[in-house]
Amino acid sequence: MAPDEPTDDAPSSSPDPNTFLPPDEPVHLLDPDGTYHEHPDYPLDLDDDQLRELYRLMAVTRKVDREAINLQRQGQLGVYASLLGQEAAQVGGAYALDDGDWVFPSYREMGVAVTRGVDTGKLLHLFRGTWLSDHDPYEQQFALYSIPIGTQALHATGFAMGAGFDDNPIVTFAYFGDGATSEGDPHEAMNFAGVYDAPVVFFVQNNQWAISVPLSAQTAAPTLAHKAVGYGFPGVVCDGNDVLATYAVSRQAVARARAGHGPTLIEALTYRMEAHTTSDDPTRYRTREEEEEAAATDPIVRYRNFLKARDLWSEEFSDQVDEAAAAEATRMREEIYEAPHGDPLEVFEHVYVDPTGHFEGQRELLAAELAAGEESA
Amino acid sequence: MMTTLAQAINTALHDAMEADDRMLVFGEDVAELGGVFRVTDKLHERFGERVFNTPLAESGILGTAIGLAMYGYRPVVEMQFDGFSYPALEQFISHLAKMRNRSRGRIRLPVTVRIPYGGGIGAVEHHSESPETYWAHTAGLKVVSPATVADGYAMTRAAVESDDPIVVLEPKRRYWMKDDVELPLTTEPIHQAVVRRAGEDVTVVAYGPMVKTAMEAADAAEEEGWSLEVIDLRSLSPIDTDTLVESVEKTGRMIVVHEAAQTLGMGSEIAARVQERAFWHLEAPVLRATGFDTPYPPAMLEEFWLPSVDRILDRVEQSLSY
Repeated sequence: MAPDEPTDDAPSSSPDPNTFLPPDEPVHLLDPDGTYHEHPDYPLDLDDDQLRELYRLMAVTRKVDREAINLQRQGQLGVYASLLGQEAAQVGGAYALDDGDWVFPSYREMGVAVTRGVDTGKLLHLFRGTWLSDHDPYEQQFALYSIPIGTQALHATGFAMGAGFDDNPIVTFAYFGDGATSEGDPHEAMNFAGVYDAPVVFFVQNNQWAISVPLSAQTAAPTLAHKAVGYGFPGVVCDGNDVLATYAVSRQAVARARAGHGPTLIEALTYRMEAHTTSDDPTRYRTREEEEEAAATDPIVRYRNFLKARDLWSEEFSDQVDEAAAAEATRMREEIYEAPHGDPLEVFEHVYVDPTGHFEGQRELLAAELAAGEESA
Repeated sequence: MMTTLAQAINTALHDAMEADDRMLVFGEDVAELGGVFRVTDKLHERFGERVFNTPLAESGILGTAIGLAMYGYRPVVEMQFDGFSYPALEQFISHLAKMRNRSRGRIRLPVTVRIPYGGGIGAVEHHSESPETYWAHTAGLKVVSPATVADGYAMTRAAVESDDPIVVLEPKRRYWMKDDVELPLTTEPIHQAVVRRAGEDVTVVAYGPMVKTAMEAADAAEEEGWSLEVIDLRSLSPIDTDTLVESVEKTGRMIVVHEAAQTLGMGSEIAARVQERAFWHLEAPVLRATGFDTPYPPAMLEEFWLPSVDRILDRVEQSLSY
């Protein structure tokens, strides 16, 4: 581990290079009203087109997320986990990655998928139940959605270890939530990553709620980012509803990992504005007032104000974004709407590379049942 | 050359690493120490960083192996003892076994998990368990157990070459068992059962540590005038049912032997398959000589708990009484 040298003695929002402790205040570049502040540790390195692109990605994300909820309400999906309110955390973080870098998502990462260019319709096959996934992870370096909480953090670490062994300058991003930090696997993943100096960034979206359990019942740590200290690498907390902040801290963590200096734990403070999933009922555990207060911190409204103040907003741009979002939502809907059931015999197809000796007669049994069903129909 | 089972597996790992520079060996204490049973002895010395110690965390070992396999490595990991493999269960069941299926065949996980397993070495608790059905019951995994020195070499090589995730249960009480072999060598295909001793009266099916016990039982049975056919199952998933059926069609009787507890053990599945496929050939129900449905006993009681030659012969006698 080669900690970066401290830049000056003034209070800093960067993690302390000697203790790895997160800053006292979450990193933010935008006030809730969209006012921009220069940050000494996180200079803005995006041009106007890129600044607009961040908005477009967040707007598309919100649109497809809403469309997925609609699809569930219409009976097209069995369940869906919305990311409403977490657009800045997901888009900003993922925008800091280069092609070739890998993402290991949980099951609530539609904004990351949009940013990586993953076909969002294909992701929904998991929730529709046509198959358990349907995108090629090796195309956009986007691993499978992972439902067992936090388990994917180990895959991200192992993958990064492999890249490290090969001196392959790629970085992996492990996404998980505040609840996952109580599980064993993220702990083991961060410990391994520290030991092997693996080029992995642990990106925690602290959306305050693990289904019905608030963060206060999840941990006694001052912040989740403090946990990084125990693994020997820096932890940083940022305003997760400030897309420039999530981008900036991620960009720095990615650069650090790519340079061979090891992992970073990023805690993005945000809020799950929707229910845990479409099957959940948040009225049983949190107040309307709390939700309204959170809605006032909407990351997209904030960023729109920033673009307006910077003269990067126009009706024309707004229309373009709306069009792009509608087009993506339509494409997603067309992919998934009334997507037919798959071939039942496919359940035997992908279990093994070499299934010789497995399924003794079971495939034939199902085939016969299907044939009999067709005859009687 | 006289070689122990542990040495044969060690040589297999060595030769496999020579043959494939993407193969990694890692786990707890596998580097300088060579593993607590010395199965990875001198591999670190020879292959350097491709053989490395991990932090003491089994889920971490298996979970990072999955990531390394996705990246393009061929990981061979060690769970130090059977009873310590349980923290990795979630990675085993939810990811290692399912990733290929979940990805519609797009992700391949050529991971080999080596586990010293079983009792009979006077160990303290949690060091003598037989968890094979946990893996064998999990679709997406393959499970094998070598019972001879030759198979220790050949099956380890075949397991490493498997593009499917595979669990190799190494019978730890037989690590020091010797045989005269010339390495390298090949044996029967890895998922095929093998008749170790031909016989006429009763088929005895065993795997891993119990193959030797079954062979001893067959010797002792001769004195009673009983001719036992001993089958070394070798592969627990998939099961080579054909070889079992072929044998029972000849003998009409079958005893399944394993150290694991009886209920829902491999014997249950084998008995079900044999009665489905060879019902009219059976002269007696398929019987089992196994460990009891209790937790593994303390070391001083294990000889009374583990299946012995006598327990096998009692079942043989019972079978013949029908």
